[in-house]
Amino acid sequence: MTGQDVAGLEVSGLGFSYGARRALNDVSFAVTQGAFCALLGPNGAGKSTLFALMTRLFTTSEGQVTVMGHDMARAPRQALARIGVVFQQPTLDLDLSVRRNLRYFAALHGLAGREAEHRIDTALERMDMAERADEIARDLNGGHRRRTEIARALVHRPAVLLLDEPTVGLDAEARRAITAHVHGLCAEDGLTALWATHLTDEVWPDDRLVILHRGEVRADGIAREIIGDQSLTDRFLDLTGAST
Amino acid sequence: MKPLLIALWAITAREALRFAQQRSRFISALVRPLIWLVVFAAGFRAALGLSIIPPYQTYITYETYIVPGLCGMILLFNGMQSSLSLVYDREMGSMRLLLTSPLPRWWLLLCKILAGTVVSVLQCYAFLGIAAAMGITIPPMGYVYALPALVLGGVMLGALGVALSSLIRQLENFAGVMNFVIFPMFFMSSALYPLWRMAESSALLRDICAVNPFTHTVELIRFALYGQFNGMALLWTMLATMGFMVLALWGYDPGRGLLRRKG
Repeated sequence: MTGQDVAGLEVSGLGFSYGARRALNDVSFAVTQGAFCALLGPNGAGKSTLFALMTRLFTTSEGQVTVMGHDMARAPRQALARIGVVFQQPTLDLDLSVRRNLRYFAALHGLAGREAEHRIDTALERMDMAERADEIARDLNGGHRRRTEIARALVHRPAVLLLDEPTVGLDAEARRAITAHVHGLCAEDGLTALWATHLTDEVWPDDRLVILHRGEVRADGIAREIIGDQSLTDRFLDLTGAST
Repeated sequence: MKPLLIALWAITAREALRFAQQRSRFISALVRPLIWLVVFAAGFRAALGLSIIPPYQTYITYETYIVPGLCGMILLFNGMQSSLSLVYDREMGSMRLLLTSPLPRWWLLLCKILAGTVVSVLQCYAFLGIAAAMGITIPPMGYVYALPALVLGGVMLGALGVALSSLIRQLENFAGVMNFVIFPMFFMSSALYPLWRMAESSALLRDICAVNPFTHTVELIRFALYGQFNGMALLWTMLATMGFMVLALWGYDPGRGLLRRKG
């Protein structure tokens, strides 16, 4: 079930309702291993619901999520072990140092001791955060807190990284740096990334792009092909704006 | 097995550290039972005569009578406090970190409960120490025998707290837990008055007290403190622990969609 032919992340026929309100309807897409996939959608498109289903915060009987060939419903622990998640809300313990935050997370994945320390060092270096390992999270700026969270999501060496609007509240420079960092993780380390955003400037022309609107997939392909000769912002508004 | 223990250790250490950082929480957790012991007991002593009932072998003062109940109170308030922190964690997002771990969810919840129990039991001993300094002593071995009883009681009330936290949608609703869980559980128990006293005013009330699992937790602690074993209390406390655990697991079942956004 492993190997290059297996998609890093595959979502098929996913549906979900909050009572009478339909949040996701027949959502399907697959991201090949090592690809950076942007999930673009306006607020309320269903991105966070999709993330909750992909991370098993809740489950649905409609459709399927598979991570590296592991079905989230049937083998949740294998699937969860292969994903790293950066939530939209900050989840750092602000009173602890960067390293202790990562150590706590490593323990939640059953990692401790020298192995954990080694992985923590590697992850922090990967995100250019090594020299801040002993700083208290509260003293970090927004961009560095986000980088810490991404480093934390890498500690258990996942194959798939899920990021739910990771640049919310950051300035332009920090946004650009973090977007570039995660592109680097895909290109250099072969990580599969799903990057949810509502900001079109975070999508690069060669990225895989899925546009979600009102709980449905409106476009799916390579960004430059979807855009055609328009700007992405115009194309995005064409697909979603007219009806909002 | 090892990954499970690593997680248990980390979750317990985090809870203990958080507790150590909140000194006011520790002080208020101690002051609450001490006020009962000093003020309430002084007023009640005159009003309430106590006969010799097991496990006591002589006449005892009212202060001595309520010590086990106040240990129970510490466990009860702490159990609810940890449920409050779970609701807070859920709103703040750090609960997501825990629930997306690949370790079994039942284990992660159990770790949370055990971590809270460690903190509760430490507080109970701090309280027993102060009570001893005030002259309310227990046979020395009683302090040892009480440990398993306190741990079981802590787990039972911690599990209840986790179960309740899954039902509370918002932090603001926590006041309801105070009114509808903590107060009835505490007052309708043998913590403050023996059940035969209760029976004098109302047989129905006595029956309610007798099925209240908190009564049995208090009695388990009371008997253990005097080196005696109360099988009935143990059975009830264990049954209630299992029941609350099942409720807690059900409450955090991803199929229930607990973490859904509001609205």
